[in-house]
Amino acid sequence: MSAADSSLLRPKLLGPATVNVVVAVSVLYTLLPVLWLVLASAKNRDALFSSDLLSLSDFSFLQNLKDLFAMDGGLYGRWYVNSLLYAVLGAAVGALVSVACGYAFDKYRFRHKEKLFGLVLAAVMVPQTVLALPLYLMASEAGLVNTFWAVFIPVLFNPFGVYLGRIFARGYVPDEVLEAARVDGAGELTTYARVALRMLGPGLITVFLFQLTAIWNNFFLPMVMLSDQDLYPVSLGLYQWNSSASVSPEYYPVVIMGSLLAVLPLILAFVLLQRFWRSGLTAGAVK
Amino acid sequence: MTATTHARVPAGAARAASPAPSDSGLRARRAAKRRQLTAAGVLMTPFFALLVTVFLVPVGTAVYLSFFSDDQPGLGFGPERTVFVGLRSYAAVLTDPTFLGGLGTVALYCLIYIPLMVVGALALALLLDSGVVRLRAFAQLGLFLPHAVPGIIAALIWLYLYTPGISPVIELFAKGDITIDFLGVHTVVPSIVNIALWSNLGYNMVVFYAALQAVPREVIEASVVDGAGPVRTALQVKTPLVRASIVMVSIFTLIWALQLFTEPMLLSQSSPMISSRFSPSMYIYDAAFTRNNYSLAAAASVVLLVCTIALSYGVTRFTSRADSEEAR
Repeated sequence: MSAADSSLLRPKLLGPATVNVVVAVSVLYTLLPVLWLVLASAKNRDALFSSDLLSLSDFSFLQNLKDLFAMDGGLYGRWYVNSLLYAVLGAAVGALVSVACGYAFDKYRFRHKEKLFGLVLAAVMVPQTVLALPLYLMASEAGLVNTFWAVFIPVLFNPFGVYLGRIFARGYVPDEVLEAARVDGAGELTTYARVALRMLGPGLITVFLFQLTAIWNNFFLPMVMLSDQDLYPVSLGLYQWNSSASVSPEYYPVVIMGSLLAVLPLILAFVLLQRFWRSGLTAGAVK
Repeated sequence: MTATTHARVPAGAARAASPAPSDSGLRARRAAKRRQLTAAGVLMTPFFALLVTVFLVPVGTAVYLSFFSDDQPGLGFGPERTVFVGLRSYAAVLTDPTFLGGLGTVALYCLIYIPLMVVGALALALLLDSGVVRLRAFAQLGLFLPHAVPGIIAALIWLYLYTPGISPVIELFAKGDITIDFLGVHTVVPSIVNIALWSNLGYNMVVFYAALQAVPREVIEASVVDGAGPVRTALQVKTPLVRASIVMVSIFTLIWALQLFTEPMLLSQSSPMISSRFSPSMYIYDAAFTRNNYSLAAAASVVLLVCTIALSYGVTRFTSRADSEEAR
């Protein structure tokens, strides 16, 4: 009996129409809340509470935008810059550090290598909330609590990036290239910086993107470390404004507008760097 | 630092292992080996310096803190002393009904969330891979979009969608004469599951889809020739072949689920159903930074850590045993 026969005999539970409906419903599930955010950001406070999202009569997108950047003396702009600093700088440095380490794990042989790598993998498993209190106490000992560094240094640590870096080094940098460079008398680090790093480019961008997302999302660590509002990232700032909103509702429209703007950098990064992270996902999944 | 010390050692081992062809050749090779180990040390040192300062020392500190406590001397005069209290903090944590309640909440959350997430993401990936979906690129992008929304903002969006008066969803239900309280006693955990599912479904779908793309087309063609319909091909041919990514997604989902913090923390601003010790992570935060009881927070951290490691290890062991049984 051929495939065509058997599917003719059975009722088509999973025919193309059903499949398309299931996928379409799932896409609506993921898209509609974002669409709500876009529509709600254009509403003033009264319209927000009337649940009447589609009427364009009280369109106040620009007014909300102006309010957002004027609220509390322009704090939001500061938070945005902070988030960009933590995330872009942190992800760039972190990705370089992790990929260099992953590359060394793949290309060099030394004693206890797999045990050390096991330690790196174990670090992937440890919940951040477990480390928060000791990190806070260490930072307070070092006088770093409530400074930029208290958030910036811990987020550089990305053991999963080392795992990915090792896989990328195996895949993208053939050992023959290193041998050839050695024969030419090039130093090991020069070879890494001039030859290998370029071949690792797509992998580096993948790790960067993963870490960018993680740091942009980070909420727990800044909440523990920072008390100065001027140092907050967007995530923590919006959390705080939202808690004020129950008392003073004028915060609602700015929280919504602020959320919309906070989504944009990651969308931009994912769209611009699409080519790279797709290959990265496969590398992470195939063990 | 660690990397360099480890890296230095094997120079001697390499010398012992390789037979000497000539003295100068040996020396050259030894020099090359040393150069490589130095390079490895230089490349690994920054990462391992981070590993020691923001991972090993904090874990050690947490364990240490859990065994000691600051005792106020009588009447509250004089300096505080740090005294060894043994397992007292663990006993306090493990008999604290709010901590056990938090563990129970997270267990319930995991039981609902993880199967829904893994099965849902895999099903969507298989559907997209089946080739009958229209506008596949658009569908993928749409499903992936929430991954670009930070967790706290996802929670904010859904909080508003759960709030009567603002939410068009509740409005819609009200038109059908259904009153629904998304933040009630029985609905609050499913409501949090929904936020997490919304955030991560598309991302995991892309992971599965990428793995499915790597399945050789010949294997699928062979199963079609053998008379397997599309459903059987998907479940019995493709799914076993992407097993590695299923395990990986399950473990990462589990680790993240056990840390449950952001969503309940935000929802607690609006729902009395969520106490400040709703999940173990919130318990740790509350103990450390509201009650300033460091030894209690540290003991709770260690308990959470042990649970995480035990469960991840369990998942790995379980799947690798299933693997070897299949091979037999």
